[in-house]
Amino acid sequence: MLDTRGPAPSWSGDAEEFVRVEDVVKIFGDTVAVQSVSLSVRRHEVFALLGSSGCGKSTLLRMLAGFEEVTSGRIYLDNEDITQLPPYRRPVNMMFQSYALFPHMTVEANVAFGLKQEGVARNEIHERVFEALDLVQMAGFARRKPQQLSGGQQQRVALARSLVKRPKLLLLDEPMSALDKQIRQKTQIELVKILDQVGVTCIMVTHDQDEAMTMADRLAVMSEGQIIQCGTPQDVYAFPNSRFVAGFIGSTNLFTGTIVVDEPDHVLIESADLTRPLYVSHGVSEPLGMEVHVSIRPENIRVLREQPDSESNWAHGMVSHVAWMGSYARYQIRLDSGASLEASVPSLVLAQADAPGLDDEVFVAWSDDSATVLPS
Amino acid sequence: MKRWMWRRSLPSRRFLAIVPPFVWLGLFLLLPFLLVLKISFAELKFGIPPYTPLAALKDEVLTLSLSLRGYALLFSDSLYIATYLSSVKMAAVTTVCCALIGYPMAYYIARSHPSVRNVLLLGVILPFWTSLLLRVYAWVGILRNDGLLNKFLQGIGLISAPLEIYRTDLAVYIGLIYAYLPFFILPLYANLVKLDNRLLEAAYDLGARPWNAFLRITLPLSMPGVIAGAMLVFIPSVGEYVIPEMLGGADTLMMGRVMWTEFFNNADWPMAAAVTCVMVMLLLVPLVIFQYGQVRQLEQQQRRRNGKA
Repeated sequence: MLDTRGPAPSWSGDAEEFVRVEDVVKIFGDTVAVQSVSLSVRRHEVFALLGSSGCGKSTLLRMLAGFEEVTSGRIYLDNEDITQLPPYRRPVNMMFQSYALFPHMTVEANVAFGLKQEGVARNEIHERVFEALDLVQMAGFARRKPQQLSGGQQQRVALARSLVKRPKLLLLDEPMSALDKQIRQKTQIELVKILDQVGVTCIMVTHDQDEAMTMADRLAVMSEGQIIQCGTPQDVYAFPNSRFVAGFIGSTNLFTGTIVVDEPDHVLIESADLTRPLYVSHGVSEPLGMEVHVSIRPENIRVLREQPDSESNWAHGMVSHVAWMGSYARYQIRLDSGASLEASVPSLVLAQADAPGLDDEVFVAWSDDSATVLPS
Repeated sequence: MKRWMWRRSLPSRRFLAIVPPFVWLGLFLLLPFLLVLKISFAELKFGIPPYTPLAALKDEVLTLSLSLRGYALLFSDSLYIATYLSSVKMAAVTTVCCALIGYPMAYYIARSHPSVRNVLLLGVILPFWTSLLLRVYAWVGILRNDGLLNKFLQGIGLISAPLEIYRTDLAVYIGLIYAYLPFFILPLYANLVKLDNRLLEAAYDLGARPWNAFLRITLPLSMPGVIAGAMLVFIPSVGEYVIPEMLGGADTLMMGRVMWTEFFNNADWPMAAAVTCVMVMLLLVPLVIFQYGQVRQLEQQQRRRNGKA
């Protein structure tokens, strides 16, 4: 099937398209908050919009909820054009960043609010409210006011309130931002379990890449109102399409160099920063002599005392800083060229007697398949 | 040691903070009221002061004479009771009208763009820059039979004979609502402007149409502002003198006018004092209700904080 609607979706196959955002633009006064964003989300998928503040991810979410009108473009949900629908007529519910629980109502009344607006019968409301509260294990708190709950409990109530109407699409706005760091990771996994159990399609917004990686089936990295890259967390992490994404998702070492050998199965890149050329075991579309950027993740770099015997993919330097992170140590290495490089060394390696220490001369090396050439 | 000093100094510091308002209230509220209360139990007499002392040393015997004449008259003469009821009714109607007119205004100001907001607020406060007396005089000019309103209505041919508004209860209502409207708008505005817009968005998101969201979210959450505004309108309205005197007819019964008549026309200070004391008691009832509501709210907040801890 030919897709004529613009850029092809980054996922292949014929999975069902449930939400389609088509060339959506949002302009506030003279600032462009969202510029021509297109994306599609599959049924039952958890999709994350990832970006730093001001990148337009929240505006996009608010347009999906109906709080902001699109300047141009269309939004489809389950084959229905919802672009012009007011928020109260969209089969979409949102869990707000600050939860926005009604302070003058009990937990039960908060969750029941949406059903009452729909005109559901009273005994059915009661049944469905407690079903939703059971789902988030908050049934015992039905008579409390929101202020009498902890942050984590408020979040569960907010989740129950946004799920009780069985929306076609659930929106999560920075779902973990109001929680303490300690309970975040646990809550992330719990939340995904609940979403899975309910089987709701979900679009979430976050600035936290760990959160997006933990929770999302696919994610889109946004910057300056545009989607830079879209794909599964693994794909985006392993094959970032730009320096921005490589730096945003996880930390990385970036080198600039020129292509000196270009073969179908590998390229050789000469970089002034490194002692030996970079050998990359995948072909690139850039021509010979072209300046390119190469990303190497810190966890793919080995720190050695002896000089590697290979022709490529290593450099010589000195350990300038060691940060102990618990399960691994982050080494800062100053290369002979003056460039700085970061390497993650697992604790197991560190425990060995001859583990390199501060100010030691070392060699850093990586395998042929760990460097990625970035198109931009 | 340090801890002990701190604990010791705490009550005295708290004491210092409370003393000034207490002294103020004692000197300028409690003391005058006690004087009025004293006078209300005295006997009428010609001279200066125009009432008898409560306690007198007669033949080396301290005699205490309490006269209940004022109170007896108050509760026996139906005119006084009718005046109280009429005052409360007029104040209540004024409060309801202020709420009906003031709520949309406060809501509109709170919802408008911050740059416009201050101009609109200034518009609400602006009348205070002129004396109330002058402003009520202006209403006389507007409402009189040959005043601006009648001339205008006759001019456009809507009415042939002038409307009788001046010197009626209607004129008093117009004056009261006009004068007290800002007192309703300001506290309500202060409440509405703090309302979290995300709560309304959450209501829309859950399927509430705008009017429903207003009724279920905005209105209940703004009740403290409504109550504060209503108190500020109701309490001074009951005892209002200037407006009923200048705009009301001879049959407009309001407490303020009765007090004036007793004090200055009849020079019956004990009677006037009795009228005043009963009115204060009357006003204490809504005040106590208001206070009770506030205390309960504070307690709730306290409980919330404890619940969180």
